[in-house]
Amino acid sequence: MSLTPQESEYLEKKIGRKPNPLEFQIVAAEWSEHCSYKSSKKHLKILPKKGKRVISGPGYDSGVLDVGDGYVVTVHIESHNHPSAVEPYGGAATGVGGVIRDILSAGTRPIAILDGLRFGNIEKDNHARWLFKNAIRGIADYGNCLGIPTVGGEIEFDKCFTNYALVDVAAIGFGKKENLIRNRAEKGDYVVLIGGSTGRDGIGGSQFASDKLEAENRSAVQIPDPFIEKLVIEAILEARNQKCIKAMKDLGGGGLSCAISETADALGVGIDLDLSLVHKREQNMLPSELMVSESQERMLVITDLKKLATLKSICEKFRVPYSVIGRVHEDKMMEVKLNKNTMAKLPSQVVANAPLLDRPSIKPKYLSALQKVKKPIQPVDLSKTLLKMLSNPNIASKHWVYTQYDHEVGIRTVVKPGGDGASLRLDNGKFLSVKIDGNSKHCYINPREGVIGCFDEACRNVICTGAKPIGMVDHLQFGNPEDPEIFWTFKESVQAITDYAKYFEIPCVGGKVSLYNETDEGPIKPTPIIGVLGLNEGNPMIPKKIETGDLLIIVGITKDELGGSEYYEYIHGLTGGKCPTVDMKTSKKIQDAVLELIHQDTVKIAHDCSKGGLAIGVSKLCIINETGCTVSVEKIPAEKLQLDELLFSETHSRFLLVISKKDEKRVISFLEKKGIPHASIGNFSGKNMIFKEKSKIVTSVRVDKAQEKWLNSLEALVTHG
Amino acid sequence: MKVAVIVFPGSNCDRDMHHVLTDVFHLDSQLVWHTDQLPKNIDAIVLPGGFSYGDRLRAGVIAAHSPVIKDVKKMAERGIPVLGVCNGFQILVESGLLPGALLKNTSLNFMCKWTEIIVKNNKTPFTNKFKLDQRIPIAIANGEGRYYADDATLKSLKKNNQIVFTYAEEINGASLGIAGICNKAGNVVGMMPHPERSAEQIINPKNAKPASLIFESLLSTLGVIA
Repeated sequence: MSLTPQESEYLEKKIGRKPNPLEFQIVAAEWSEHCSYKSSKKHLKILPKKGKRVISGPGYDSGVLDVGDGYVVTVHIESHNHPSAVEPYGGAATGVGGVIRDILSAGTRPIAILDGLRFGNIEKDNHARWLFKNAIRGIADYGNCLGIPTVGGEIEFDKCFTNYALVDVAAIGFGKKENLIRNRAEKGDYVVLIGGSTGRDGIGGSQFASDKLEAENRSAVQIPDPFIEKLVIEAILEARNQKCIKAMKDLGGGGLSCAISETADALGVGIDLDLSLVHKREQNMLPSELMVSESQERMLVITDLKKLATLKSICEKFRVPYSVIGRVHEDKMMEVKLNKNTMAKLPSQVVANAPLLDRPSIKPKYLSALQKVKKPIQPVDLSKTLLKMLSNPNIASKHWVYTQYDHEVGIRTVVKPGGDGASLRLDNGKFLSVKIDGNSKHCYINPREGVIGCFDEACRNVICTGAKPIGMVDHLQFGNPEDPEIFWTFKESVQAITDYAKYFEIPCVGGKVSLYNETDEGPIKPTPIIGVLGLNEGNPMIPKKIETGDLLIIVGITKDELGGSEYYEYIHGLTGGKCPTVDMKTSKKIQDAVLELIHQDTVKIAHDCSKGGLAIGVSKLCIINETGCTVSVEKIPAEKLQLDELLFSETHSRFLLVISKKDEKRVISFLEKKGIPHASIGNFSGKNMIFKEKSKIVTSVRVDKAQEKWLNSLEALVTHG
Repeated sequence: MKVAVIVFPGSNCDRDMHHVLTDVFHLDSQLVWHTDQLPKNIDAIVLPGGFSYGDRLRAGVIAAHSPVIKDVKKMAERGIPVLGVCNGFQILVESGLLPGALLKNTSLNFMCKWTEIIVKNNKTPFTNKFKLDQRIPIAIANGEGRYYADDATLKSLKKNNQIVFTYAEEINGASLGIAGICNKAGNVVGMMPHPERSAEQIINPKNAKPASLIFESLLSTLGVIA
């Protein structure tokens, strides 16, 4: 627990005296990087946060989007990286729990979870495999028990995550606009702590997460209890229905210190609380432990005298423990008492607002060296290469993972995991699509274009389900921000996201920053994650079954952009080259046109062409539909490329469309009229996936053989490895 | 016609079941909290899926000892149709209303996927609209879904026509591939798969017609439809 000398000095100046030890601990927790965003806050201001659907209010922990007919969707994203790297089961599970409570805080019911997971090389690294298996189990056990479907996500393996784990969880909520918590408080209101009891778990968790991962600090990891969380959700929603909640906040990083100071600051009030009233699971806890414990499944609720009895009876109905710990005042101070003796008294505005930093940044030297790499030699047998690519853990099917998640509960999941985005039906007859994407390999080579690519990919995935993007969240994960080169990559990413969001008019409705993602082996690659929400006001775009004679159309140009591709990294062990870039104007045109085509009902399947390139995109279509396909590579609209480059380049702004032969003319003339590069490059039939150049066969792989590789590789690694 | 959907702490398919009963099949269904008394004029009871009491000790075992189960038992004895789905099935087994036990799947993992089951008894209140051996595309989602019973019990299940559904594929190591059973009288049915997730075409990737017959059978039993 520490403050820098400058921060201590600032604090003393602000409060006009030396803080006592408890006050010091409270401020240190709240001013940790994790809670205060002191390195990043200044830079995050540039992100566009307004939009016609965005509803903002004081103290919202999640983004709120109006989806019409009196309904709203809420969204939030968080990570639990440090804890998951030490104790993957509990770390990942409590990661789910935390973000779910942010959704609940707005007064909406959580309806979906997505997770982005990153580990070391699981083919070679036993420890990475252990982290992977247990993180999955943690997410499954927690989400399944809550009855909130895990509908999507993404998984990446890279050596830069050795001895580490990135566990990002995004959650979606849904509710009536009129039920949103307005977050207000008046003098005399009651402050109620609802949910799990407070113990010594997760002590100093936010500080632990604000430093390089050195020692295995297990006591900083929180303990999950999904059953209590489920009861808290139901109790809170019933309390919401009965209008018992004036303001609400979940207890996450920084525990009570953070929840009390931020609530008081956001609402412009003062709060006093008595720690002797907090329900605890351990004896003799110190005031400082109670103030910074990150015990899970706790919510802070502000209610008034009129509703206090109802709130208590709701908690009793669900047998959710609670304690009335304090009152609201007008004086804007947070006052911590123990048996009526004041132990700490600080202006909440000071506690909740750490002095912000201006960290230096400088373009990393490694970047220019990575641009110039020698092209690898094209393998002689590209069929073999394709099979190897399909068994690459980064590309192989993740069904072993998502079948462990209940992705159906709630009966909203219209487009299910395993495809592009997931799509959920809403009560107003519309459909919400969601997808998260990240790519540390691209972002390492080119932080700006890498994150724009992730953004573009997430949008394309959402479009493939027939939805128009309406909002986004970002999760910015980097190493130590005190390193100017790392900080440069952070700033570059924020600027890039801002540029794309502004151009596409997609507001940023939430996000999170996670820094100090480092081990003794060094920092992680820059790993921003982008989540995009889309709304489909028409028919749901459920992929149809491919039939013999159906045609394959590619939209977009394939370019010499293999830097950071799975082909370079996995097949050739090569890091570097030119990573894919996005021309926003062209990309927007392509996205709009594909969405229009989908709504004309002429597209049987729309599939994003990204990781692994065209060959992998086509393979997935064939494998899932158990049909062969013959692709004429000379027809692919492309720069001058070698065959391996054509097959595996990860150029963005491309879609694969499957259409019926009868719709060919309509689709082609539509794309021509719009001036969008496209070509009809293949047809589906037979039992082989064949890429040929004029009459010469480039690759020929049996679909069943490809299916076996793609479906079973990951599971085989985990269960037999 | 009133159908009670009983809600235990940790139930999480209660609202889904309620939606399907009321919005899709237009039954008068009511969520009943486990400490409340069952309304007297109930015509059928559903125990929904979920994680009652967080699956602590063993799936379904704590809920099986809650007071409302005594009422359910009384109603079952009177011949009122009772359906337990997933955790509801586990509760019926733990409470002794149905024989056998549900163990961890052979994969040792939670398993959420689409499969097919086969109707083996079309005389129950939930299967009377089916042809024998008719197949139902249906969703499963469970960690402890492997039906197990000793040989003597299995023999008597067969003899008394108590096997209601079997899986069309080997899925979790269940004895005789059992997916659902009924009591001797046939009015109490327990099944691991989720009919409420499978009876609407928009969320069923195959065909929702067969699964909807489970609910239409109930409508027919209650005399709502022929």
